[in-house]
Amino acid sequence: MRIDCPNCGERDRREFYYQGDAVVLNRPSEDAGAQAWDDYLHNRANPAGETRDLWFHEGGCRAWLVVERNTMTHAVHAATLAEKVKR
Amino acid sequence: MRLATPEKTVTFTFDGQRIKGVPGEPVSAALLAAGIKLVARSFKYHRPRGIMSAGSEEQNALVTVGRGTAQEPNVRATTLEVSEGLEVFSQNAWPSLKHDVMAVNDLVSPFLAAGFYYKTFMWPRSFWEKLYEPIIRRAAGLGALSGESNQDTYEKAFAFCDVLVIGAGPAGLMAALTAGRAGADVVLADEDTAMGGRLLREREDVDGKPAADWVVEALAELEAMPNVRLMTRTTVTGAYDQGTYGALGRIAGGRAAGKPLECFWRIVAKRAVLCAGALERPIAFPNNDRPGVMLASGVRAYVNRWGVAPGKAVAVFGNNDDAHRTARDLAAAGVKVAAVIDSRDDAKVEGDFPLYTGAEVIATKGRHALESITIKTGNGTRVIRCDCLAVSGGWNPTVHLTCHMNGRPTWDVGIASFVPTPESIPGMVTAGACNGAFSTAACLNEGAEVAAGVVADLGLAAEIKTPSADDAAYAIQPLWAVEGKGRKWIDFQNDVHVKDVRLAAQENFRSVEHMKRYTTQGMAPDQGKSSNVVALAVLADATGRGIPETGTTTFRPPYVPVSIAVMGAGSQGKGFAPERFTTSHSASVDRGAPMIEAGLWYRPSYFPKEGESHWRQSCDREVGYVREAVGICDVSTLGKIDIQGPDAAALLDFVYTNGFSTLKVGRVRYGLMLREDGHVMDDGTTARLGETHFVMTTTTAAAGLVMRHLEYVLQAIRPDLDAQVISVTEQWAQFAVAGPKSRELLNTVLDQPITDEDWPFMACGAVSVGGVAGRLFRISFSGEHAYEVAVPSRYGESLFRQLVAQAEVMGGGPYGMEALNVLRIEKGFITHAEIHGRTTAFDIGMERMVSAKKDCIGKAAAARPGLLGESRQQLVGLKSKGVDHALSAGAHLFDKGASHSRVNSKGYVTSVCYSPTIGTHLGLGFLENGRARHGEVIVLRDHLRNITEEVEVCDPVFFDQDGGRARG
Amino acid sequence: MGYSGFRVIKEGLFGQKGWKPVWRDPEPKPEYDAVIIGGGGHGLSTAYYLAKEHGMTNIAVLEKGYIGGGNVGRNTTIVRANYFLPGNSEFYSHSLKLWETMEQDLNYNVMHSQRGLINLFHSDGQRDAFARRGNAMINQGDDAVLLDREGVREYLPYLDFDNVRFPIYGGLLHPRGGTARHDAVAWGYARGADQRGVDIIQNCEVTGIDIEGGKVKGVQTTRGVIRAKKVGIVVAGRSGQVAAMAGMRLPIESHVLQAFVTEGLKPVIDHVVSFGMGHFYISQSDKGGLVFGGDIDFYSSYAARGNLPMKEHVMDAAMTLMPMIGKAKVLRSWGGIMDMTPDGSPIIDKTDTEGLFIDCGWCYGGFKAVPGSGFSFAHLMATGNHHEPAAKFRLDRFRTGVGLMDEEGTGSQHNLH
Repeated sequence: MRIDCPNCGERDRREFYYQGDAVVLNRPSEDAGAQAWDDYLHNRANPAGETRDLWFHEGGCRAWLVVERNTMTHAVHAATLAEKVKR
Repeated sequence: MRLATPEKTVTFTFDGQRIKGVPGEPVSAALLAAGIKLVARSFKYHRPRGIMSAGSEEQNALVTVGRGTAQEPNVRATTLEVSEGLEVFSQNAWPSLKHDVMAVNDLVSPFLAAGFYYKTFMWPRSFWEKLYEPIIRRAAGLGALSGESNQDTYEKAFAFCDVLVIGAGPAGLMAALTAGRAGADVVLADEDTAMGGRLLREREDVDGKPAADWVVEALAELEAMPNVRLMTRTTVTGAYDQGTYGALGRIAGGRAAGKPLECFWRIVAKRAVLCAGALERPIAFPNNDRPGVMLASGVRAYVNRWGVAPGKAVAVFGNNDDAHRTARDLAAAGVKVAAVIDSRDDAKVEGDFPLYTGAEVIATKGRHALESITIKTGNGTRVIRCDCLAVSGGWNPTVHLTCHMNGRPTWDVGIASFVPTPESIPGMVTAGACNGAFSTAACLNEGAEVAAGVVADLGLAAEIKTPSADDAAYAIQPLWAVEGKGRKWIDFQNDVHVKDVRLAAQENFRSVEHMKRYTTQGMAPDQGKSSNVVALAVLADATGRGIPETGTTTFRPPYVPVSIAVMGAGSQGKGFAPERFTTSHSASVDRGAPMIEAGLWYRPSYFPKEGESHWRQSCDREVGYVREAVGICDVSTLGKIDIQGPDAAALLDFVYTNGFSTLKVGRVRYGLMLREDGHVMDDGTTARLGETHFVMTTTTAAAGLVMRHLEYVLQAIRPDLDAQVISVTEQWAQFAVAGPKSRELLNTVLDQPITDEDWPFMACGAVSVGGVAGRLFRISFSGEHAYEVAVPSRYGESLFRQLVAQAEVMGGGPYGMEALNVLRIEKGFITHAEIHGRTTAFDIGMERMVSAKKDCIGKAAAARPGLLGESRQQLVGLKSKGVDHALSAGAHLFDKGASHSRVNSKGYVTSVCYSPTIGTHLGLGFLENGRARHGEVIVLRDHLRNITEEVEVCDPVFFDQDGGRARG
Repeated sequence: MGYSGFRVIKEGLFGQKGWKPVWRDPEPKPEYDAVIIGGGGHGLSTAYYLAKEHGMTNIAVLEKGYIGGGNVGRNTTIVRANYFLPGNSEFYSHSLKLWETMEQDLNYNVMHSQRGLINLFHSDGQRDAFARRGNAMINQGDDAVLLDREGVREYLPYLDFDNVRFPIYGGLLHPRGGTARHDAVAWGYARGADQRGVDIIQNCEVTGIDIEGGKVKGVQTTRGVIRAKKVGIVVAGRSGQVAAMAGMRLPIESHVLQAFVTEGLKPVIDHVVSFGMGHFYISQSDKGGLVFGGDIDFYSSYAARGNLPMKEHVMDAAMTLMPMIGKAKVLRSWGGIMDMTPDGSPIIDKTDTEGLFIDCGWCYGGFKAVPGSGFSFAHLMATGNHHEPAAKFRLDRFRTGVGLMDEEGTGSQHNLH
């Protein structure tokens, strides 16, 4: 698997660390309640198809990336800097 | 029998027999030339087997090469190159290949039908491990490993290209020529020792000249192109995501030349052209497995390419025109063609040999070598004497790689086989025989056209220029299995025959996957390359379905077996993970310290002195240094993260449970870090060197994790914070100087002496050490008056040696991990033995460190009801009854009088030591509602080491509870 | 039809003509008392125990492909009960006991081989953690032996004791741990369930779950509507999709785990060996192939195939630990879809919909749980009450934090377990 890092270009999967669903970008407030935190920390759409997840170019530029890809085909469509997605 | 006398020969041995081979040829060719028919025994019934093919798809001729550490089992004699002195052995036979005791299995084979073992060997229950399984295991297996550690070298490498062409037959050569001429960066990989594919094996013309001559010209052109790399002996084994391919390269003469044996390639290609050709399939007829029964294409390869006649009188049996080439080529080479048997009524063959149409082979004779066959024609049966039978059941396109991403091939009625489904692998196209185009002309054309399309995609222009060649149509009438008495083998390697497949269907293993798993068809070393389509056809027939409806099993990587050594190249011994060394490493080794692994680092366990025979003596002495004088310890392995920026303090407020914006410049604070799920991630101290400049310390184990976490928080959670983080663990060498005489010692190395007033407990700042700009932190992991002094790494070794020398003058010295551990247990300081990922701030008694004034990572989740409360196991100290009562880590804790069972386990012990300071054994552990139980006596039970001890529950801080020594 | 050595010989003499289908292929009925979605190991064992223990025989197992085609047919066949946290401990202990009587119970030889499992450790800290585990196993009534370095050498003389990157300090031996023939487990339960009247319906994909007024009414399938009072979801890696049909969002992320097998070799590895530092585990099948695996590929996936980095990592671990297997050749590698939970432990629970139950989250340890999971899930479906050994596998534990079972201690990141 290869990911097109916006900073470094296309690199092998072994340079990247995988965290999970990009839902973690939307951190609830401290007092959002048990259900909101449960959804944030644990519950996942877990799509069989297109997904957005969070990767870290640990062996490269050390950028956290939001990667759009397909869990059925492993096609990778886009990678965007997480800090840009957040802003 | 050789058709011509070779110019040069080498000598190798097969089961000790000296055999001459011609350099370049496979062992199988030399064995056939020497008239050796019996080369192997089959897996289950130990049936005598010979050589079947001339390629990597070989089912029967598996041999062992070499002895001792070089011993390599299950090597295909058809791809093993002969070399001087090569030792080849038959396998899976005892005491000898000719007289194999296990052949008794063949005699009782009626009782060993597919899946018989699921139905028996159940009584009595204990006999499985004791009796049945050992017998089955010994009978099973093919070759043997030597049991000795590998001594050979292997390599891994990366390659990148525009176009990867897989297979260098007519289609592959044309594809490479076309793409290369267009200027693309091309890799052409072929598993054979020479490129050309079937053009090296067939008698036909290309571009008006013998095919082999055309190949020479094509290769010369390719070699002359700087943008084309030719990789022979390289099998592309797997197709992976985003154009990544795995390939196994065998290095020519590797061992003899002192080179690696193999190289595993990861080839990244923008596009790939699969030109993998096709594999001939056998026909299932009674006793079709005798040594001497071969695939027709294999027979032609031996005759045409290697100049070896596989027999003196060869019969040919087929269901397609292509088989007739075999008879023609044999006759042309002067080998007697005993008969051509064609199952089709209307087959026409020209040639001077007996022809039987509408005929089938219904029996064979000859135990260790074929002697005769019996055929059935419209006029009855007839026995034909022959020592070789060339069989062609048609061709299966080599679709394997196209299935590696779960693609299913498509049934093509015209060729009665599967062809690749387009776009099964993104970026890969197929051409030639692997695509179902079987004539040489069609292969050349497809190779050129497909490559032209590929380079056009890459923005290059290609010219399609193909030479003339044979363009005969491929006519086939499917013939899968011939009825008759005797077993009709389908999967030769795993001894699966037609009746096994039918039995599977009868027992409702009708799905092709069930049939495969029940009969083991397709699970042998060749992974069903030759047997799959025949087995499917027989299953389809038995279940009354068509073949497309029956479906096919999935081909999975690797295409050919790949050694563990080559895919794991470089990892044997220490290569598995990087080794990290502190600057004091050699100084510690010089003092005889045993170095132990701490993550990727090595740290000294203790520093033995003369007269000490046990590590405990050294450890106790080193603890004494710190408690009474001064000790030196390299703490550089702890993670150090430099944090700067206007929002650096805000970042720390967010990642630590406690506040850091209130920390004064020149001061250090202990911090507790949670994971977002509310459990403790790590702890450590952070120093404020300036208004916007901090240095964070992490534990050794969590250094990488915490660094990643900070970057995660800054980029993915709080990009609003203006702060930068960078790891400086490697940049600074840092040493603990601990003990009552620590300041005195430091003042011998610092350019400006320090005082208690300037450097109170938890102070930090810049210092000058022998003219070198360093940092000093007054922090303590031992509970003593202590400092950590840091200098740039290049001065580390020098400073360490100087500190140790000074300490020794003052009655102290260096201390290792063992003493460090004792010192911190005496003080109740936690490590990852306690914060093991399941503990909360509440559990370790630090819930008050979770600031109510601000949000932080993990705060919300830590408030979940399950993470708080009496039912949690809480950190406690455990004191033994005395020096003779050692405690053990990993033991569980029970109330006195309770039985030692799961339901009664109230906790467990995480860390233990003998405390020379207190004079007894101490432990840290977790105990249900433990903070309320200080003073109680409970029971520690370690079943594994058979230790039962009564222990007193106490505060985890055993020594100097008010912390006066560290502050003083 | 009973299986026995006698029958094997008799059928051998008479051309194997008397063997009957191991399970029938019935048409689905319009209504059952209960349907199980998923014909894998867990689904089939659930059906078997519903019939055997609870007399529920008017039930069906609905399988979208062929039975046993998921993880039960593509794992590294390890059977063990070496967990240490309450909840897991009692469950796997119970499951192992069922393994030990399974063959006689099912009259089917699943080749359960208690050849012993050894978990290696490489530091004092790891030894202490394994000691805690071993003691928990013995507390539970199971077996464990702490081996020092020399003790390991006696069992596994072929390991690299001298030059390995992470020296071997010792190992935790679990004598009752071992392996089994994975496919046979699915077939054996299918046969046992079928004999008790359970309908096993292959090529029947569930496309919807019918719910009315908070109660389950049945399922929509590619072979029509099937009504049922109780529905159990047992679909491993596909749990998220099927649960979504009932409007549920699960604490599960699906990941790919690869496994590997070599060519047949004469006996060379007699135990199950687990190398934690390299995340590598291996055993040798009765046929002679070395069967081994490593960690998941780490990215969420439903593709049931993996990539090279993890393959290479697994081979790297093999070469540092036991360089004598270097010349064994990998024949085949494959991938399964793992239903990873935030604490690495499973879920066997009711749902908010009456009559709808779920059994999932086995991460990549589901094979050894096949009998225990089926037994406990059948108990829950039949009685409405949690079976004691599985009572802690609650869906709400993540929300409340009560009874988390994080054996790895890596926290609520699905792929780290």
